[in-house]
Amino acid sequence: MAPPPAPPQKSPSPSQPSGKSEVSDLKLQLRQLAGSRAPGADDSKRDLFKRVISYMTVGIDVSAAFSEMVMCSATSDIVLKKMCYLYVGNYARCHPDLALLTINFLQKDCHDEDPMIRGLALRSLCSLRVPNLVEYLVAPLGAGLKDGSSYVRMVAAVGVLKLHHISAATCLDSDFPAVLKSLMLTDPDAQVVANCLFVLQEIWNLEANKSEEAARERETLLSKKIVYYLLNRIKEFNEWAQCLVLELVAKYIPSDTDDIFDIMNLLEDRLQHANGAVVLATIKVFLHLTMSMTDVHQQVYERIKAPLLTLVGSGSSEQSYAVLSHLHLLVMRAPMLFSSDYKHFYCQFSDPSYVKKLKLEMLTAIANESNTYEIVTELCEYAGNVDVPIARESIRAVGKIALQQYDVNAIVDRLLQFLEMEKDYVTAETLVLVKDLLRKYPQWSHDCIAVVGNISSKNVQEPKAKAALIWMLGEYSQDMPDAPYILESLIENWDEENAAEVRLHLLTAAMKCFFKRPPETQKALGAALAAGLADSHQDVHDRALFYHRLLQYDVSVAEHVVNPPKQAVSVFADTQSSEIKDRIFDEFNSLSVVYQKPYMFTDKEHREPFEFSEEIGNLSLGQESVGNAPRYDESDKDLLLSTSEREENGGPSTNGPAASGYSAPTDYNSSLVSLSSQTQSETAISDPGMPKYTSQMTLAIDDLLGLSLNPKAALDPGTFQRKWGQLAVSISQDCSVSPQGVAALTTPQALIRHMQTSSIQCIARGQSPNFKFFFFAQKLDGPPSFFLVECLVNTSSAKAQVKIKADDATASEVFFGLFQSALSKFGVL
Amino acid sequence: MIAQFFVLSQRGDNIVFRDYRGEVSKGSAEIFFRKVKFWKEDEEEEAPPVFNVDGVNYIHVKIAGLFFVATTRVNVSPSLVLELLQRIARVTKDYLGVLNEDSLRKNFVLVYELLDEVIDFGYPQTTSTEVLKSYVFNEPIVIDSARVPPLGPASMFMQGTKKMPGTAITKSVIVTEPGGRKREEIFVDIIEKISVTFSSSGYILTSEIDGTIQMKSYLTGSPEIRLALNEDLSIGRNSSSVYGENKPSLLAADYIVALFSLKLQIGYVTDYRSSSGGAVILDDCNFHESVRLDSFDVDRTLSLIPPDGEFAAMNYRMTQEFKPPFRVNPLIEEAGQLKAEVIIKIHADFAPSVTANTITVQMPVPTYTARVSFELESGAVGQTADFKEGAKRLEWCLKKAGKMLQIVGGSEHTLRAKLTFSQESHGNIAREAGPINMNFTIPMYNASKLQVRYLHIAKKSPSYNPYRWVRYVTQSNSYVARL
Repeated sequence: MAPPPAPPQKSPSPSQPSGKSEVSDLKLQLRQLAGSRAPGADDSKRDLFKRVISYMTVGIDVSAAFSEMVMCSATSDIVLKKMCYLYVGNYARCHPDLALLTINFLQKDCHDEDPMIRGLALRSLCSLRVPNLVEYLVAPLGAGLKDGSSYVRMVAAVGVLKLHHISAATCLDSDFPAVLKSLMLTDPDAQVVANCLFVLQEIWNLEANKSEEAARERETLLSKKIVYYLLNRIKEFNEWAQCLVLELVAKYIPSDTDDIFDIMNLLEDRLQHANGAVVLATIKVFLHLTMSMTDVHQQVYERIKAPLLTLVGSGSSEQSYAVLSHLHLLVMRAPMLFSSDYKHFYCQFSDPSYVKKLKLEMLTAIANESNTYEIVTELCEYAGNVDVPIARESIRAVGKIALQQYDVNAIVDRLLQFLEMEKDYVTAETLVLVKDLLRKYPQWSHDCIAVVGNISSKNVQEPKAKAALIWMLGEYSQDMPDAPYILESLIENWDEENAAEVRLHLLTAAMKCFFKRPPETQKALGAALAAGLADSHQDVHDRALFYHRLLQYDVSVAEHVVNPPKQAVSVFADTQSSEIKDRIFDEFNSLSVVYQKPYMFTDKEHREPFEFSEEIGNLSLGQESVGNAPRYDESDKDLLLSTSEREENGGPSTNGPAASGYSAPTDYNSSLVSLSSQTQSETAISDPGMPKYTSQMTLAIDDLLGLSLNPKAALDPGTFQRKWGQLAVSISQDCSVSPQGVAALTTPQALIRHMQTSSIQCIARGQSPNFKFFFFAQKLDGPPSFFLVECLVNTSSAKAQVKIKADDATASEVFFGLFQSALSKFGVL
Repeated sequence: MIAQFFVLSQRGDNIVFRDYRGEVSKGSAEIFFRKVKFWKEDEEEEAPPVFNVDGVNYIHVKIAGLFFVATTRVNVSPSLVLELLQRIARVTKDYLGVLNEDSLRKNFVLVYELLDEVIDFGYPQTTSTEVLKSYVFNEPIVIDSARVPPLGPASMFMQGTKKMPGTAITKSVIVTEPGGRKREEIFVDIIEKISVTFSSSGYILTSEIDGTIQMKSYLTGSPEIRLALNEDLSIGRNSSSVYGENKPSLLAADYIVALFSLKLQIGYVTDYRSSSGGAVILDDCNFHESVRLDSFDVDRTLSLIPPDGEFAAMNYRMTQEFKPPFRVNPLIEEAGQLKAEVIIKIHADFAPSVTANTITVQMPVPTYTARVSFELESGAVGQTADFKEGAKRLEWCLKKAGKMLQIVGGSEHTLRAKLTFSQESHGNIAREAGPINMNFTIPMYNASKLQVRYLHIAKKSPSYNPYRWVRYVTQSNSYVARL
């Protein structure tokens, strides 16, 4: 494309002299033309008006010419009128006094014999957005709703909504909603009906919080009568209005299964629509209607696959992205159903990177026994790709597939081949993956270590990769002849190592290596500890000091702490709970799907209808505890649910800033919370402020109090909220907090982990200075019985308030004792 | 719904800005542009079409180098907004003939007029050029289309055969020609984007055709037209057996039966696989609202009253095997220390009567490539080869030079390149280079063999005989050969 000609270089700031003189010049010319009836006056006016509006677009304030513009508006030329309306609409709100000038001619135009002019004038009148002019709106609106022209009625219906935004009371007092309702059910023009529908929806939504009647009215929009009436006219509506109706139908609660099939049969051909928005809205209806009918629900999945894939291919890449995001959601819910369609998710050369990333996630999700070979082969092709971010992403995808497969034989070979490619970023990504792989499949250590041992640490620069390599050097130093010497050379360059993460790992690796090969490592360890003690980074310093003292105390104890025997990690924790996924699914065909999080986490100002969620919204969900609560036990029961739960959905959320209060881990690697004892011991080391504990101790106390808690209790935030809303407070007590307790709370994570050892899980927590925690626990035996705790610690007054709600209120006293003892063990009470 | 709509130039200037609800601050255009321009989140180079900044959702499409943007605070359907933005661009193009920064700037008052009717208080009202005609009064100022390189898939016809009136596709639907009466004509374009991936050994790994039957009508008086496709066309080879296998519950049966009858109606169940080898089998398709499928099952005919302006009457997707128009044989071999040789051979595998337009072949080479010398085939006119040093990529371009038609069906072309490396290559050089990607356009060729058998326009009078243009074109979407 040829370079477009330079735009008129107008200064966007009205304060610039050039803008000002232009405006006064325009004013003068307009004034001259205002009364002119000379032939050709309209043409000159058009030119002038165009200039005014072009300034307006660029951002120059031309409101000074308001009265001149209004003077010139007495014309029969509709093009002029429209420009004038546009101008007036733009400035009326900031200049209400000037807006008053326009009322007269707009009202007059509302009675024009040309319906176009009537409609336009009415639209402009309603768009003034000036509160003290609403009295002038009511009569023209009322007349407009009864106008013979559908165009005017269309405009009037939206006008009612505009009025409601300026003055809700005037709108309701004039009884416009009732008029709209009858218009909606009788008007022959489909667009008028559609406009009435969205106006009523918006008005009742806004009013529903204030009045019960409005809430009821909102419900009636979902009544069978109205839904069926709209559905029967569906073909009369244009595509946008169809979307509106379909969105309404998706909320409709069918009375019986016949109802469901009637609606689905009626809408079946909407799936063939070329407009993706119509298809997605229809799919939402289908999915929601069949929620409770598993086999039909499955058929819907089968049915919608082809139309969705066609949409992906037919539109612009932006449109494909929106459709793919929805396919992504469906794939995450039911990978099985898409497992034979994997080829559709191969990246194409022309795909933009945001599309490629989505496709990679889907390929990862779909991989199973039958297609893994093909998928991994394809992903390996991308790994050598010139598009480096996608190459990295592909390698990560291979790693994720390896972690979720039972037969990783072939994949390990591929990963090791990556290391032989000798591309820096490939090596870096692969090292991180090999590390995770070894934590899950220690049996592969022999093969992996042979290859990893050949990597020169000089070629590894990225901190994460370097840390992974060092971890392997420490962990498998007995199998790597050069390990002590590589570590030694790394320690020699201590000062050049910028990342604290790497230095921390160096310390630990040196320790581990020392326990296995003391004579060779002693010197290096000494150097590492010395360098660590002199390190300016607090954590590095503390760890070095801790190791140093441990070694002084007893070397064998030190070995037991730093390098205990490990269990393989069986499942890496899911980063997104299935409840979150379900909520996104409820918000199908909305931005939530693209953002991959429920909208309440995206929109700060969003308020949920029920009270409690507001609180939760301001708290950060306790992802750590959710991660540790091993809910994978429940999987494999239901195809749709279990598969989505097993999903590793660690892809960084692609959009926007993380919402306030919701700190979902966005990095896959950092969010890997393992369930092995290994991390526990390692975190214990990295967190010296945390008291020591043993599981035996907790068990003993449980027995003492006669109440055993389920250490694997799991509860989703939604259920928690519901329960919290339903149950009454059984115990509410204030306690005082010791100064040490207050100090310990600077690391609330530690408290959360500590409580977990007592089988009390944290589900959400707030920020300082008022530490608010929501905990829950479940009785080990008998029918499922939960204890819910709200614990509010005010650090300034050193007081804690504990509220307990329980399914079984009789047991809450005992539970409170347990809770208190757990807290006091941490030093809080 | 939508709070604002605006169009930004590549440099971030406001060309059009319309605030519908006053819910988002006026600075949004600037926030948007800065965010897009400096998008580096998550290692992605390109901002996704939807993102959220401080509670405001920004949804955009890029068309003709311009950003069409909508903002909203509501959790809207992203598809709806993206479709709408695309449609606004299309309607504007229908009116202005050409869509670019210049034409928008010259006609911004008209664009505002359109926008007022397309969206009211944030809710889409209509995007039909036909309906809008009665509401919109500004006359477009048509910019000199000869100066402007045309955009969009239709542009390729300009260079193709001489039969096409070059200006037709850049003609506004509402302006009458300077010569007086409007010319009655209709364009039916069968546009196919093909994606093929060849393995290193030349096998086809994946192949897909995404096709569109795009229409642009300049007919007056809304005559009904009928468009007949291949008689042996069948649809849905993947989904024909799905419902039969299940043992549905009694209640589910209703739905299934209904589905079946519907499928019969549009011909899902018809399966030609066993009987004829040459049948066109589409995986799936969808249709424009105006298309009626009453007799589609019987004789594969679409009937419709084409609305004004440009629209896709039918989109289809095909994964059935087809003959790719080009065979690509790339080769990279080490030729001594610090040297390698690349040979790329392309063979045009179509009839000699067909000629491809511009072809470009791109091949990434090892990052440590320092110099490249090319050896074009003897007598090559209109061929250029270049080493893009920054991107470390070879680019080989075959153009039509004067009257010389380079890439006729059956011809074969070869590029040889000698690479010199700045360091020794380690290991497998083929893994460091490629894959090769090809871009091309072939007018009057379609890979799927989907044909328009006839285009019938209902006659208003015996002398009524509008021009009908049925054109085929095949474009590469992703044409990749691995090394």
